[in-house]
Amino acid sequence: MQARTGPSHAPLLVAAAIAVAVLALIPSLVDLYQTELLIYGLTFAIAALGFNLLLGYTGLLSFGHSAYFGTGAYAVAFIMRDLSVHSMELCILGGVLGSFVISALFGYVCVRHTRIFFSILALALSQVLWSLAFKFFWVTGGTDGIRVPRNQITLLAGLMDFTGSGSYQRFVYAYYYYVLILFVIAVAVMWVIVHSPFGKALQAIRDNETRAGFVGVPVRRYRWIAFVISGCFTGLAGALWAPLNGLTTPDILYWPFSGEIVFMTVLGGFRTFTGPIVGAIAFNYLKVYAVAGSPYWQLVLGGVLIVLVMVLPTGIVGTIERLAAKLRRR
Amino acid sequence: MEILIIQILNSIFYAAVLFLIAAGLSLIYGVMRIVNLAHGQFYALGAYVSAWAVGGLFGASAGGNWWLAGQLLLLPIGAFAIALVGAVIEPTLLRPLYRRPEEYVLLITFGLLMVIEDVIKLIFGGTPLSAGTIMDRMGSIRIGGLLYPSYNLVVVGIGLAAAVGLWWFVYRTRFGVILRATSQDRRMASALGINVGRVYVQAFAIGCFMAGLGGAVVVPAQAAVLGMGVDALILSFVVVVIGGLGSLEGALVGALIVSFVRTAGIQFFPEIELAALYLIAAAVLLIRPTGLFGRA
Repeated sequence: MQARTGPSHAPLLVAAAIAVAVLALIPSLVDLYQTELLIYGLTFAIAALGFNLLLGYTGLLSFGHSAYFGTGAYAVAFIMRDLSVHSMELCILGGVLGSFVISALFGYVCVRHTRIFFSILALALSQVLWSLAFKFFWVTGGTDGIRVPRNQITLLAGLMDFTGSGSYQRFVYAYYYYVLILFVIAVAVMWVIVHSPFGKALQAIRDNETRAGFVGVPVRRYRWIAFVISGCFTGLAGALWAPLNGLTTPDILYWPFSGEIVFMTVLGGFRTFTGPIVGAIAFNYLKVYAVAGSPYWQLVLGGVLIVLVMVLPTGIVGTIERLAAKLRRR
Repeated sequence: MEILIIQILNSIFYAAVLFLIAAGLSLIYGVMRIVNLAHGQFYALGAYVSAWAVGGLFGASAGGNWWLAGQLLLLPIGAFAIALVGAVIEPTLLRPLYRRPEEYVLLITFGLLMVIEDVIKLIFGGTPLSAGTIMDRMGSIRIGGLLYPSYNLVVVGIGLAAAVGLWWFVYRTRFGVILRATSQDRRMASALGINVGRVYVQAFAIGCFMAGLGGAVVVPAQAAVLGMGVDALILSFVVVVIGGLGSLEGALVGALIVSFVRTAGIQFFPEIELAALYLIAAAVLLIRPTGLFGRA
């Protein structure tokens, strides 16, 4: 219905297909470690994509998205440890369900406010989860966290398991494609959401809340729905991250991790659809190499963020788009 | 009974430190509408500078009352150093962003948070710095059968003095009038000939001074460690949210509430002590987003 009058989607689909093909070829071109890094990048990309539905499309800056990432990750850890369920699909289902419940609850409270009050409220609520994970050590392991053993995971309803020799290598390659497929699905679903009438309504709320209300958009309810969708995406990312990292600790619930999700999104550019994806992958490399290269990695990351905000506020993708537009005009 | 008195004294001690930090945060928000995520780092930096100055210039060996007086006089150097840092940061990093959406300023302060954390590590190293000699030399007083460090009472005194001083400054001086006018209507203040840029630098520097002072007074009692800023920031957030962003009275009451809940929490319900604080903050935001003392 909505595609009839708009420009053709064909070039976009071709570009997306090329991007996916390149991503699918990468493990055969690079070594194991690089493949593993890219899996981290892809999971963070899902989280940032979800986060940007709130920041870029609804105009709400959440400083508490660590809560939903952490819920996804901890849910997987609990399911594996306490229910002895090892199927990744069931774990993901549990993780997304957990973050759905938490984001529905927290979101219901948060959307009562906007702007800075929204940010602080989201932050305060995420800190509740962090302090619980931190203090109830007999349930969550406290700062030691919970182990999520990779060799007990089974993919595709038990078709693939990772025991015996070479299991680590097999896990990384299999898990790469597993995450890639879920990533593609997540991107496609988000694309449909932001281009649906619902997505357009969110952008209307972002641009002018009062006007959107007068046109008949149920502002608060739409914000809440956006919040929950956003939380579920971030929870999915957390669930995928848990077996990759092999350990969940309260760090991923602590508010500086929320700041990192914001950082990723701004790095890529929150005014564009692909910005958070590019930003998350770039941030992951930036952080890994900064940590490996210098004991003062926070100085490097903080410096990058400051320069970014001062000089390139539209992020990587926004800057590239601007340059491309300039070239085209010539 | 004695334990109760000591717990109450401890709560008031924490409240004094928290008030210093939170009042700075609240002042900066009240005047400039900036939520400064790096505020906790200013507190930590103040603690490090003071501990370094006291420990560096006065070794642990020598004694005497003059020596102690010298150390006490040197202690606030952290606060002045941080005020200077603030006076540099505001015009260079924050001012260019006032015309942009408020998210950008928030992000800059998050970047600053990371940078300052590592600058501390770079300058002072990873080992904790302490000015504990001050606390040791000041001895302790007897409360019933128990001993209580006299230095903690000094901190309470400084907190009270800061509260009164700040109140006098904001409500009884010419500069305070300008500050409040700028806070209420920036454009109108500017139209009336007030140099808003200068007010902003001054307000930011005073806010930083308060955070630095908080760090300076806490460091004889607790060593300065990495990560202390991040923890302090969240607690002072809770304080200003409960009391009302931008309100000085609110910061005072909020600091008292947070400290007493914390002390009681550690005693009676240690598992949910922190969670309870965040839930109180969330509840206040939900019911009265401007806080107990905030103006709409």
